[in-house]
Amino acid sequence: MCLAIPAKVISIEGASALVTIEDVEYQASLLLLEDVHPGDFVMLHAGFAIEKVDPEEAAETLRLLYEIAKNSPH
Amino acid sequence: MKYIGEYRNKELILAVSQELKTISKKEITLMEVCGGHTTAIHRFGLHSLLPSNIRLLSGPGCPVCVSTQHFLDTAIACSKIPGTIITTYGDLIRVPGSVSSLEKEKANGQDIRIIYSVLEAVEFARKNPEKRVIFLGIGFETTAPATAAAIIEAKKEKLSNFFVLSAHKVMPPVMKALVEDGVKIDGFIAPGHVTAITGTAIYNDLASVSGLGVVIAGFEPADLMQAILMLVRQVESGSPKVEIQYQRVVHSEGNKIAQGLIAKVFELKDDQWRGLGVIPKSGLKIRDDFSSFDAEKHFKVTVPEPAEPKGCICGLVLRGLKTPNECSLFATTCTPSDPVGACMVSTEGTCATFYKYRS
Repeated sequence: MCLAIPAKVISIEGASALVTIEDVEYQASLLLLEDVHPGDFVMLHAGFAIEKVDPEEAAETLRLLYEIAKNSPH
Repeated sequence: MKYIGEYRNKELILAVSQELKTISKKEITLMEVCGGHTTAIHRFGLHSLLPSNIRLLSGPGCPVCVSTQHFLDTAIACSKIPGTIITTYGDLIRVPGSVSSLEKEKANGQDIRIIYSVLEAVEFARKNPEKRVIFLGIGFETTAPATAAAIIEAKKEKLSNFFVLSAHKVMPPVMKALVEDGVKIDGFIAPGHVTAITGTAIYNDLASVSGLGVVIAGFEPADLMQAILMLVRQVESGSPKVEIQYQRVVHSEGNKIAQGLIAKVFELKDDQWRGLGVIPKSGLKIRDDFSSFDAEKHFKVTVPEPAEPKGCICGLVLRGLKTPNECSLFATTCTPSDPVGACMVSTEGTCATFYKYRS
């Protein structure tokens, strides 16, 4: 139910954005989120963009995971 | 897919599994609150990657499962009022009420439509001024702001035929209630998208007062494994706190716009949870300023007090006190195609998840 999927913002018109998930287009309401720009990734939940995906934090999480993998004996 | 595939990397997941096996010494029980987490844990077989001293319990975070039969019976009664269109997220349609379900009523000819976004319900109201459109508002803090935004839009447009039957609920009181009820856990894998809206302050008491670890987790397998590792480190070092694993989406302050919309349209009420009883200030009721959109006030349907299905232990499963395997109905008389309790209906329900991925 609380599922949200990362979607790429293609264009914005008023309070709505055209977004794509794997090349499939969806409309995302921007009534819950401001400062959204084409190229951003947003989390799409029930037709609403609920939060932006922060690319730096996304990379940092992966960096921490790779660090564990590097120090792992396997 | 970007921001999904990277976090399904087998090498990373197995490395965290290995790290857990190395550092985890104590017996530890963690509860994943969110139905989405329960599904991901089973789907990706994460139980099999954990050392035997780490136990995961499923909690009450499936909105369909905790919505009461009274709510469903009311929705079904509303669907029989001439000139109404019921709009609902698909999750709810098959849940059995006392004597029927929305799916059966749809088959009987009632106008019940599955929608993806509440804004579609507003659109139906715009296009069908002669009909009364009722949206069944279920879900936690992730979903409630969308309903609030829709009500505000309807008010702006002076729509007089759009209504919401609200069964929206909030997460912190039920987590607190479980702890006070004596559930034996060391920490919570906290819901990522709920927290993206609420921010992290809602969990402070769980860590500082109840001494439980709280890690807000994403929904991919590497996210969940990392969150479990963070919780294990907290438990092993005896330092419970609130941490965010899902940093790419969750900020400590949450989504202020969404919080503002919830506060503007809804107020807290004591609310009934299926299997858990009444939990103080755990439900969202439409404020008087927006009462003309409140289906409960407008339609005034009365339904008889429902009886819980016999033999169903959904309530105990939702509280983490029993697992589906301990229910005599599980996978015998209660299956996803013919469910008895709500936990078997929703794809995120603990029983449905156990059924789908049972070995």
